Amino acid sequence: MAVLPADWPGGFWVHWGVFVVIIFVFVLAMVMGFIWFERRALGIMQARLGPNRAGPFGLLQPVADVIKLLTKEDIVPAKGDKWVHWLAPVVAVAPMLMIFAVVPFQGGASMADLNIGILYIVAVSSISVLGVFMAGWASNNKYSLLGAMRMVASVVSYEIPVVLSIIGVVLLAGSLSMQQIVMAQDIPFILLQPLGFLLFFIGACAEINRAPFDLLEADSEIVAGFNTEYSGMKWGLLFLAEYGEALAISAIVTTLFLSGWRGPVLPPWLWFLIKVGAVFFVIVWIRATVPRVRIDQLMALAWKFLFPLALLNLLITAVEILVFPAVSLWVLVPINIAIMIVLVILWSRLFKLGWGRVEV
Amino acid sequence: MTLALSGEEIAKQIEKKFPKSIVKSSPEGLVVDREFLLEVASYLKTARGLDFDYLTAITAVDYLDYFEVVYQLTSIKHNHSLVVKARCYGRENPSLPSVVSLWRGADFQEREIYDLFGINFEGHPNLKRIVLWAGFEGHPLRKDYLRW
Amino acid sequence: MVIKTEPFVVNFGPAHPSTHGVFRMRMTLDGEVIVDMEPVFGYLHRGIEKLAEERTYTGCIPLTDRLDYTASMTNNFAYVLAVERLAGITVPERAEYIRVIMAELQRIASHLIAVGTFLNDCGAFMTPVLYMLREREKILDLFDMVSGQRLTYNYMRVGGVSQDIPEEFIPALKKFVKEMPGWIDEYDRLLKENEILLARTKGVGILPKELAINISASGPVLRASGVKRDIRRADPYSIYDRFEFDIPTGTAGDCYDRYRVRIEEMRQSVRILKQAMEQLPKGKVRSDVPHLTHPPVGEAYGHIEAPRGELGFYLVSDNSIAPYRFHVRAPTLINLTALRDMMVGWKVADAIIIFGSIDICVAEVDR
Repeated sequence: MAVLPADWPGGFWVHWGVFVVIIFVFVLAMVMGFIWFERRALGIMQARLGPNRAGPFGLLQPVADVIKLLTKEDIVPAKGDKWVHWLAPVVAVAPMLMIFAVVPFQGGASMADLNIGILYIVAVSSISVLGVFMAGWASNNKYSLLGAMRMVASVVSYEIPVVLSIIGVVLLAGSLSMQQIVMAQDIPFILLQPLGFLLFFIGACAEINRAPFDLLEADSEIVAGFNTEYSGMKWGLLFLAEYGEALAISAIVTTLFLSGWRGPVLPPWLWFLIKVGAVFFVIVWIRATVPRVRIDQLMALAWKFLFPLALLNLLITAVEILVFPAVSLWVLVPINIAIMIVLVILWSRLFKLGWGRVEV
Repeated sequence: MTLALSGEEIAKQIEKKFPKSIVKSSPEGLVVDREFLLEVASYLKTARGLDFDYLTAITAVDYLDYFEVVYQLTSIKHNHSLVVKARCYGRENPSLPSVVSLWRGADFQEREIYDLFGINFEGHPNLKRIVLWAGFEGHPLRKDYLRW
Repeated sequence: MVIKTEPFVVNFGPAHPSTHGVFRMRMTLDGEVIVDMEPVFGYLHRGIEKLAEERTYTGCIPLTDRLDYTASMTNNFAYVLAVERLAGITVPERAEYIRVIMAELQRIASHLIAVGTFLNDCGAFMTPVLYMLREREKILDLFDMVSGQRLTYNYMRVGGVSQDIPEEFIPALKKFVKEMPGWIDEYDRLLKENEILLARTKGVGILPKELAINISASGPVLRASGVKRDIRRADPYSIYDRFEFDIPTGTAGDCYDRYRVRIEEMRQSVRILKQAMEQLPKGKVRSDVPHLTHPPVGEAYGHIEAPRGELGFYLVSDNSIAPYRFHVRAPTLINLTALRDMMVGWKVADAIIIFGSIDICVAEVDR
């Protein structure tokens, strides 16, 4: 295991310090860029302009938003739990930043190339659920509690298909380390594991509560859910947590399925940024287009649709590796795509989305 | 074209079944005595050939001697309509039987008439104020309600 | 050991992002399932019926504008129809055609808002609303040309309309009528077969046919439950018996059917507009009646098919210049009678969708 590449000047602590700075700058800058990008892209898809006043093309809009949030009054509900209310955004943001410690920005450039990289990511990303639940509880507000309950139920359910589809990738790459996974992608895994990609993408969108699964902050139902009672920079931190997780998911999808920083002509970190941006664009596109599902339909989707398909995906990948070890991987690409299409169509005919009216 | 049935013809039909129930009748509509209101309404709803299954509107008017509640009835099957009225006297506590058991559409409209006129509807399951707040005093649409 | 649970009461209070106006629902929830629901309204009551007793008949027309402010033209239409029935006034041909054109344009505009906000409540985050509001802007430009207003038009008068249409109106209307079916097809294509929309609206909030008739429902709510009743066919007013159009009905009475009925009605309105434009004659736009309408003693009930249902006005006259009694038969108030029946047993997320599919305007519920 090589935590520190041999050609680094200084020592361990210099390497650590440089990367902490890089990660902070990267996350904050990319989140602000994502906020601007989402608002402009959504605007143009909705036949209007997005923000275009603050700076050229509205590029300074996120800066204006941050300044506004910093100068707002911090309101704490009188009957809520003050310490929990204060602690919740911290618990939501910290794990999100920790994920970026193992994401490889370039060949050899990640803060710590753990040999259990992807397992570390799965473990750490589940902690931020606690932050959201604390936020919902401490607000002393029935809407927030409803939102928090929905969140816990949905995140716990969607962990399983996400982890199972990751295992498919790990089987193909032969290692849990993020660097090794990128190096093993001579063919991007999106072609070799199309079903796995689909399951991971849907599961990840549900974990980060983006459309069509944004029923936790559904404007039209529970008035912003768990962050109803937050204002000022605490709300800014919760917002940062949400967009940071979207960034983290884009980065993980890029590393696992789109062959990370590898690419022909441009420098590797530029390829990384382009791929992350492309994945985020697809997430924004889906948000602008589709309506929202209901909570019982969400659970039915996780347990009845994604979970069996994830198991089948794992089985098929394992069988392929055992049976065709010597054959060139390009043969498997059309086979896997065909299997994915058949399975998805078959399964969607079979299962019913949620139950209907409950007799009271 | 919705045929507006003549009040006099229907009055004759009702008189045969419920004698002394009609107070007045004219081509535009008929006035029923309040004691017989529920029975006449039930007859109008179920009688074959009449079948008034749709209650278009209920209103009330304050003619200073009496309150008059106007029922506009329609039959979707035969596409004809009829106007039935009932009067209640007295300013203190006027009351009429409620037709909610026959046509549920009367629910909110009767509550509104109670709210704005003060007419009590006997048999209404939930007679409380609907457009004004619960502690309001007085009944604004009465002609003797002075605002200032 | 069984964990004790108890239902809790949540207030979907008057100020809420998706009750269309100030409308309050007291819900008793057991987890996410609605066990009981009570609608409370009256937050927007302005006493229009009492105010009308002090204004002249023509002076009441701006009051009717403010009843259902997203469909002002049809409110005006119903009221002047009732006054003309009371006073026995006839309307010249050109005015009748202009009234029909305005009413059908208003129907399209109102349904655009209804369908757009319904899809917004389903969670499609503003995209359908903004597309539909883009079309509504074109209709509002047409109305601006005619009456100088964008929301409360005050255009119709007793005996006709207040002024003739300007010259640029008919070419603009021709252009609109040519492009509108393409836009309706675009909305349809975007969301009609969407899995998520079907899963959320099909079978949700069913209003059975007998209950719909019993609660005196009207408009798209009644037609989606399978009752083919449209005042324009059943009791034709003005010159609607000269036009050819279909009446879309649904079968199941669920939210999806109400949504489909409204989209189809927009198509039929475009059809009527085309026919009215071709047959538009020349002539006066207002019959020669005195400005102060002075009807004889009597009463009249005039009703039309407004976008939200059957809007009726009951007027009683005592031979003076102001109405003795002015009553509005508000379609949305009566459609709300079955709200509790439609909602109990469903979840919180469905409650918003069911409420949005009835399409109310609180200004009309409260008056």
